[in-house]
Amino acid sequence: MATTENLPSPTTERPIGFGRLKRKEDARFIRGQGNYLDDIRLPGMVHGAVLRSPYAHARIVSIDTSKALAHPNVAAVVTAKDLETLGLAWMPTISYDTQAVLAGDKVRFQGQEVAFVIATDEYSANDALQLIEVEYDPLPAIVNARKALDPDAPLIRDDKAGQRDNLASPTWEAGDEEATDRAFAEADTIVARDIIYPRCHPAPLETCGIIADFNPKTGQLDIYNGNQAPHAHRTVYAHVAGLAEHMIRIRCNDIGGGFGNKVPVYPGYVCAIAGSIVAGVPVKWIENRSENLMSTGFARDYVMKSEMCSKDGRITGLRVDVIADHGAFDSTAQPTKFPAGFFHICCGSYALEAAHVKVKAVYTNKAPGGVAYRCSFRITEAVYLVERMVDALALEMKVDPIDLRMRSFIAPEQFPYETTTGWTYDSGDYAKTMRVAMDIAGYDDLRREQKEKRARGELMGIGATFFTEGVGAGPRKHMDILGLAMNDGADLRVHPSGKAVVSISAQTQGQGHETTFAQIVAEELGIPPEDIEVRHGDTDKSPYGLGTYGSRSTPVSGAAVAVVSRKVRDKARLIAATMLETRPEDLAWEKGRWYVKGDPEKGAMIEDIALRAYSGEAMPEGLEGGLDAQVIYDPPNLTYPYGAYIAVVDIDPDTAQVTVRRFIAVDDCGVRINPMIVDGQIHGGLAEGIGIALMELISFDEEGNCLNSSFMDYLIPTALECPDFELGETVTPCPHHPLGAKGVGESPNVGSPPAIVNAVIDALHETHGVGHIDMPCTPARVWAAMQGRPEPPQ
Amino acid sequence: MNVSMTINGQQVSHEVEPRMLLVHFIRETAGLTGTHWGCDTSNCGACVVLMDGTPVKSCTTLAAMCDGHEIRTVESLEVDGRLDPVQQGFHELHALQCGFCTPGMLMTSRALLDENPNPTDHEIRVAISGAICRCTGYKNIVSAVRWAAEHEATATREA
Repeated sequence: MATTENLPSPTTERPIGFGRLKRKEDARFIRGQGNYLDDIRLPGMVHGAVLRSPYAHARIVSIDTSKALAHPNVAAVVTAKDLETLGLAWMPTISYDTQAVLAGDKVRFQGQEVAFVIATDEYSANDALQLIEVEYDPLPAIVNARKALDPDAPLIRDDKAGQRDNLASPTWEAGDEEATDRAFAEADTIVARDIIYPRCHPAPLETCGIIADFNPKTGQLDIYNGNQAPHAHRTVYAHVAGLAEHMIRIRCNDIGGGFGNKVPVYPGYVCAIAGSIVAGVPVKWIENRSENLMSTGFARDYVMKSEMCSKDGRITGLRVDVIADHGAFDSTAQPTKFPAGFFHICCGSYALEAAHVKVKAVYTNKAPGGVAYRCSFRITEAVYLVERMVDALALEMKVDPIDLRMRSFIAPEQFPYETTTGWTYDSGDYAKTMRVAMDIAGYDDLRREQKEKRARGELMGIGATFFTEGVGAGPRKHMDILGLAMNDGADLRVHPSGKAVVSISAQTQGQGHETTFAQIVAEELGIPPEDIEVRHGDTDKSPYGLGTYGSRSTPVSGAAVAVVSRKVRDKARLIAATMLETRPEDLAWEKGRWYVKGDPEKGAMIEDIALRAYSGEAMPEGLEGGLDAQVIYDPPNLTYPYGAYIAVVDIDPDTAQVTVRRFIAVDDCGVRINPMIVDGQIHGGLAEGIGIALMELISFDEEGNCLNSSFMDYLIPTALECPDFELGETVTPCPHHPLGAKGVGESPNVGSPPAIVNAVIDALHETHGVGHIDMPCTPARVWAAMQGRPEPPQ
Repeated sequence: MNVSMTINGQQVSHEVEPRMLLVHFIRETAGLTGTHWGCDTSNCGACVVLMDGTPVKSCTTLAAMCDGHEIRTVESLEVDGRLDPVQQGFHELHALQCGFCTPGMLMTSRALLDENPNPTDHEIRVAISGAICRCTGYKNIVSAVRWAAEHEATATREA
């Protein structure tokens, strides 16, 4: 076996590892060769379509499917009665509630699934929906969470034994109520606000869907389904349908965006699986855009009553009382022990004396969901609350809102910092990041410009936020979903040629995992990223893990990949010692090579070690052949990325149109593996934040009709609503992550809406006396606020 | 009814229902799945193709309306292993993430540059404003189209 004495140092030859690297996955996408769900065609495949309820709340008197069944291209029509015989009429939700797969007794939200048609083609399946006759007996609907617990409110969940009202879960509390009362009693200034984070929707450009392919001869169920957590889905299907988990294979292929919307299991999936089991052929079901907006995982819908106080110029206390609207079935996505997600991180980035949080969840006649639309488990709501309250307090104190933040920040020397509600923030230098944002923005100049414009009758606002996220759920001692630990696996195989395959349980929906995770292996092992294939999205070919949401890919799965690479490196060291006829402890590592300490010319390259590992030559005593390893990574804590955002808005005094002229985002997400991808993530999240702040809203009329069921009414920002984002960075490595990385994907969505709303209020407070406005800041709603008639969004 | 059109230089004729949408004709009949469907209402632009050189939304165009016309889809952009500059620009500048809007964005950008070889950033933003991207926040798409404008003659096959 040749050693590599004569080679120059591989680190100079191999510009690999972290840094800006163009994406490996682009090659197929720019050629139109992505492999999304609807691109898959299986032999004999039939198509499903869902009949949905036109009513928000109604008893089902009868369902007549005979005309639909008579349609020449229709193979089957499935109703709740059929599912009952399979034991599939109801399914468990992610929050330990049950949800009707197809409504049998009554419908509980507009758009609820009532029947499932299977036909030879999509057009026929949709034609047949019109032929199903359903007689409904309409009931009064509840769409306002604040009225859900009124004594005369109609009972929505009469299917649940013992359920007497519309309370979805008992009041959940965090923090110290007495200490908070004391902080308020001793305060100089107290401010109160009613704040709504309205219902919005992740609306990925590719809607949800599935192909279920059950083979009656083998009992094998193949599922094609773009979801964010394929392994967890497989376990759920095994439990719900009583199928053998090892006979289920889920392939995700390419996913056209997720943003939390593709975390849950939806009734349409269960219908397609049941359809394939019964019909013995593959069944494809893909929802249309209205179905996506009306029935799949919505986000937010928090009604928050809050008070914040200060003493001696610093923020000291926070009190929050939340009514959470969970819709007709409680399927909010969060770890088991956290019924309000991580909302109690709402003490934000400040060294508060005390905080107390109460959250009560109610049922309404609205679609179920409560997924995290690009945020970590309700942290978006928490950050919006605290950052709006800080601005409200600054108004009351008549101080600059950034000044108040600076004076109240947790100081760098206080980390690791335990918040009054029980989070242990890992690291931070908040004031430094805030100053970088102020410098990029030219904060003092902006304030001067604003003053001049005000004098001319122009409306300009400057809004700041400082957020702390908690991402990378999570430690198995604290967190699970449906009893499954929130850990992730990685499996690394270095082949004899020195090229490698790393299989991961995280599931990309556009985040660039095929590139980033190859870079992690490259950094750790010195194998060029182009020689590392990243496999994911196929439960048969990847280790178990809980998937991608809550910005957990890099914090958990990325850590798994780093750790598994180091395991391989450690094994390579033992083999290299044999090759170099020395002891392992006498070897030192540089990128791609173990070499003899004191004789750096004498070393072994990783590819030569790999070849040796598979060769007929002797291995070190007790060591198996091959160069591979696997791990399950259990994070010791969340990671806590943070950032300072500044929005500059102009408001047309005649039309009340808000324009985001500038947006400055300075993120500290620890070590950046691929800065190009990190920046791209931030751009995308900021656009979504602009959408939420200005345009995106799922609202209902009194009867429970969804008023935003297409992209004509659910407005998403285009290139014209988004400014040329200005980014900056600070880097405070995470002390407990093997790479010092913290996760970033969701930070911009979390941090940007309050910055924009703060800016809108900043523009209008002095001239129009506006002290509060709820999102979305549409021209009509801003106009109403300017006239002194602010309206809640729903 | 029989519908016949040229797709990426190939004649495609097929018996279809009069109500068949162009996006389905392209995807199902011609088997070209690069063109995507995203919204039903002409808002998202994932389905944009060029009809006689002009961008149209194929989810709200009937296949029958294209009888005798020339359609270009994303699959036509690469010629003899040479990427179109807009494809190359999207790769260079990280103008795509999940890739679902990319075919529509590429075709829209191609049409813009065919008409206006040297657009300003604002002109680029106006041109792509009929298309939604949920991932990129558009900043890098604007840069990518500008890159393409600057490299019209020198596209390579890297990527």
